[in-house]
Amino acid sequence: MTTTDTTPIVPSFDDDDTDRKLAIICSKGNLDMAYPGLILGNAALGEGVETHLFFTFWGFDMIIKSRMNHLQFSPAGNAAMHLPGSDLHMPQALAPAMTGMATKMLKKQIADLGVPEVPDFLDLIAAAGGHLWACRLSADMFKVTQADLRDDVEGIISAADFIEKTAGAQLLFI
Amino acid sequence: MPVTTLNGKAVNVNEEGFLTEYDEWDEDLAKVLAEQIGIELTDAHWKVIRFLREDFKTQGETPTTRRVQTVAGIPVKEQFVLFPKKPGKKMSYIAGLPKPHGCV
Repeated sequence: MTTTDTTPIVPSFDDDDTDRKLAIICSKGNLDMAYPGLILGNAALGEGVETHLFFTFWGFDMIIKSRMNHLQFSPAGNAAMHLPGSDLHMPQALAPAMTGMATKMLKKQIADLGVPEVPDFLDLIAAAGGHLWACRLSADMFKVTQADLRDDVEGIISAADFIEKTAGAQLLFI
Repeated sequence: MPVTTLNGKAVNVNEEGFLTEYDEWDEDLAKVLAEQIGIELTDAHWKVIRFLREDFKTQGETPTTRRVQTVAGIPVKEQFVLFPKKPGKKMSYIAGLPKPHGCV
């Protein structure tokens, strides 16, 4: 059905939703587990949502300059690993030996979709106004200092600091 | 789908107000669309809008902010300045195109 309206229909771009805040805790350093937080964080920023990413434990590999380009994907322990376009399971006994190949394959699949690599993705998120934070306890444990981290990481902060900064935020733990 | 009157002519839009017919858009209409969401178009805005129009024509879908950066060379940071808070949606609205469907 078609209706004609003389008052223009204008999308409400700056509605109350823009008061939303999102906090994403990135605790994994496997290539496949780096992406969910990046994709959701980037999407949230594009919707005008204030977004904070907190890197902790293995998630540190996403922001440590010497490691962020070398994240890996292992099919070991992942019972949902199939060959692309097939329902065949990857035999788990073979999986531990296949990290290199699986990483290469996953990187190609991601690139084919036009999705950036992890460091470029974080560049994008920072450019969109996203806030990057590193976990104090993890930094102490891994003997990492601010100098080891991407320059756009705003600080190494405690869990309590992060909770305070993200008051009222929706929170995702990955 | 509703029809609405913009700049003195009837145009087809979706329920949110995005134009649904590629050919019903022209640059005068873009000014009206921009004004409705509080944006005054400068040369920098036009560069984005014209890229969106061209890219949609060849690709069949609205480019994402990431694609505007990588293909048109307009940094995401600048896009957020030109089209505050929701650049992907705002630029496509002004360009008379659907919202981008891509996740990144």
